[in-house]
Amino acid sequence: MSALATSASPGTSPRRGGDRALPWLAAPALLVFVGFGVIPLVGVLLLSFTTWDGLGQIIPSGLTSWQAVLADPGLPHALWITFLVMAVSWLFQTPLSILLGVFLAGAQRYRGVLAVVYFIPLLLSSAAIAVTFKALLDPNFGLGAGLGIPLLSQDWLGNGPLAFGTVIFVVSWQYIPFHTLLYQGGVRQIPQSMYEAAELDGAGRVRKFFSITLPQLKYTIITSSTLMVVGSLTFFDLIWVLTAGGPADATRVLAVDMYKRGFQASLMGPASVIAVILVGVGLLLALLLRRIGGGSNSTSQLEGA
Amino acid sequence: MEPRTTTRRTFLGLGLGLPLGAALAACGSSGPGTSSGSSAGGSGGGSGAKATYWYLSGQPDEAVRKNTIDAFNKANPNSQIEGTSIQNDAYKTKIKTSIGAGTAPTLVFGWGGGTLRSYVKAGQVDDLTPFFEQNPAIKERLFPSAFGAGTIDGKIYALPIERVQPIVLYYNKKVFEQVGVKPPESWGDIMDLVPKFNAKGIAPFSLGGQSRWTNMMWLEFLFDRIGGPEVFQAIFDGEKDAWNNPAAIDALTKMQELIKADGFIKGFSSITADSNADQALLYTGKAAMMLHGSWSYGIQNNDGGDFVSSGGLGYMNFPVVDGGKGDPGNTVGNPAQYLSIYSQATPEQKEIAKKFFTTGVNTEAAAKEWIAGGSVPIVNGTEGLFAASKDADWLKFVYGIASNAKFFGQSWDQALSPAAAEVLLDNISKLFQLSVSPQQFATNMNAVIGQ
Repeated sequence: MSALATSASPGTSPRRGGDRALPWLAAPALLVFVGFGVIPLVGVLLLSFTTWDGLGQIIPSGLTSWQAVLADPGLPHALWITFLVMAVSWLFQTPLSILLGVFLAGAQRYRGVLAVVYFIPLLLSSAAIAVTFKALLDPNFGLGAGLGIPLLSQDWLGNGPLAFGTVIFVVSWQYIPFHTLLYQGGVRQIPQSMYEAAELDGAGRVRKFFSITLPQLKYTIITSSTLMVVGSLTFFDLIWVLTAGGPADATRVLAVDMYKRGFQASLMGPASVIAVILVGVGLLLALLLRRIGGGSNSTSQLEGA
Repeated sequence: MEPRTTTRRTFLGLGLGLPLGAALAACGSSGPGTSSGSSAGGSGGGSGAKATYWYLSGQPDEAVRKNTIDAFNKANPNSQIEGTSIQNDAYKTKIKTSIGAGTAPTLVFGWGGGTLRSYVKAGQVDDLTPFFEQNPAIKERLFPSAFGAGTIDGKIYALPIERVQPIVLYYNKKVFEQVGVKPPESWGDIMDLVPKFNAKGIAPFSLGGQSRWTNMMWLEFLFDRIGGPEVFQAIFDGEKDAWNNPAAIDALTKMQELIKADGFIKGFSSITADSNADQALLYTGKAAMMLHGSWSYGIQNNDGGDFVSSGGLGYMNFPVVDGGKGDPGNTVGNPAQYLSIYSQATPEQKEIAKKFFTTGVNTEAAAKEWIAGGSVPIVNGTEGLFAASKDADWLKFVYGIASNAKFFGQSWDQALSPAAAEVLLDNISKLFQLSVSPQQFATNMNAVIGQ
């Protein structure tokens, strides 16, 4: 199969069985996608119509799990928290990432060094980051108590609004480097001639940023936002280790709610319902962002392209 | 002869064919426990069968568990047990998942009660009643009270092991001296002590509130002291609106009064008990008192420097609540820990497990190690060994509580079914955040009663 696949590369004659070989090229990816994407998804959808404690028999029970979840005030709350995490982390990360990206796109050598330093958080695992921040933010043994700065020894993870803010901060700390990288690449692709023309017209730094850089970054912004928004639906590890959805339910996003129902309360049916909702919301958001983006992401505004 | 048209058709064919093939492949590889049952828990490779056992981590107890397994393996070269240590909170989730997935260890460790009942209902653990009938000596050696939580509908599904763990009230004697106050003898005393400690910048109580069961221990005692064991028994039995009992509402109200009076350390809801940070607060003198399991004595002894050995640690049973109906001798906690045999283990593995039950656990050597670590093993007649221990006073105290208690309540989250326990813990953390009132708490809990 591999021999066929190589012979089917573009440019070779279609007479040599290229029409048969081509679909098989997609087979490995399709196999992985079906095995790890579609089948579990169908499984979850089926499980959402059952009652199962994770131990014994799976009993089909129609819509009881759906009714239980939809009637539970915990669901709108979890949806609201998920939305808040999404919106606030986007609002916090996007401007910072753009500014850092523009800054790091400069050719100066010290900026190259800084780019490497800024990248470090992305190399750490979410769990490690969460454990570290949890230790640093401990009101009795953490950074504030250690350095003797009362301002730092707040009840960071024990007070609802503060815990929410802390989660946003830690999430941003982890992901801003990634989005900065996207913007850095985006800025470097803007033709220098545009800036030269603007300078001839007498535009200053700020004017150049708002009139050239930002509009030219439009598609980078859409890509980065899609990743942020859809990605924020799956925040689990970090929140779980940091707050376990607490205090009470102040940071209980959908993913945490699903885990608690499924693996702590042994209610696999309702947990599957949440999972289906999560998939639905994710698909909807991805579609919506593509709509807002206005057609294909591959159209370019660059000169000559 | 356009290549593109055939491409689409073959592609569709592929798309239809693949899921089927993949589904079949998945069935073939993921169902070891259901059909054959032979490879369940079979992580132990090698030639002979090995029984598997996941035990809880955390010193000094972890060492006792490991030594017990090592000693058994040494004595039985042909029947080996492979032990893996796992953290407490993580274990509770992992064991449930792996039992459902057919990959659980041969020996299922637990706390009995509602969780064990759910295993029994699903047919995942073996009935050990015949085993105990054949080997009556095993049963006679252990505390009779230890068998309650391992017995479901009159049949024994679990062997009690390890030690008895009542919840006790610890206090830091040095801090009490420093502030010039006496340990509390009643709930009123507790409320009087709170402002005195707060005025000196010391937290009255330490609490690892993010773990949630730590908060629950407070309610277990308040319910018992105010209304007696009947209050929770009615809830456990699924009586309608049992949480509306005036004693229950009173206990919940008193709980919130203590929280509102800043009775607990600042930031308690972000402290976890798994990291032992709550206990560190007590032995470092940042908090004056702490309600915690008897296992905490060993941890404080281990981690607290000379805090315990220099006599800094005080302890007592939970004080009375004025006007309460409960017997002040009653206690709550874990009457024992439990080992069951996974029903999908191989016959060889089950044989090893039974051999372990007969000769491996609850041995004299293990009992001595538990005592050395400051715990009272559930083996009868070990009182004689206390005197030789440097923790003799503590051991006598725990033994006294366990043997004199008219009622030894099991931890609520262990007694209830997992689903009901999760709702309970969830509402308890809301109660401690003051985001629900006592009446709202009762209403939320009444909605899931009997589940």
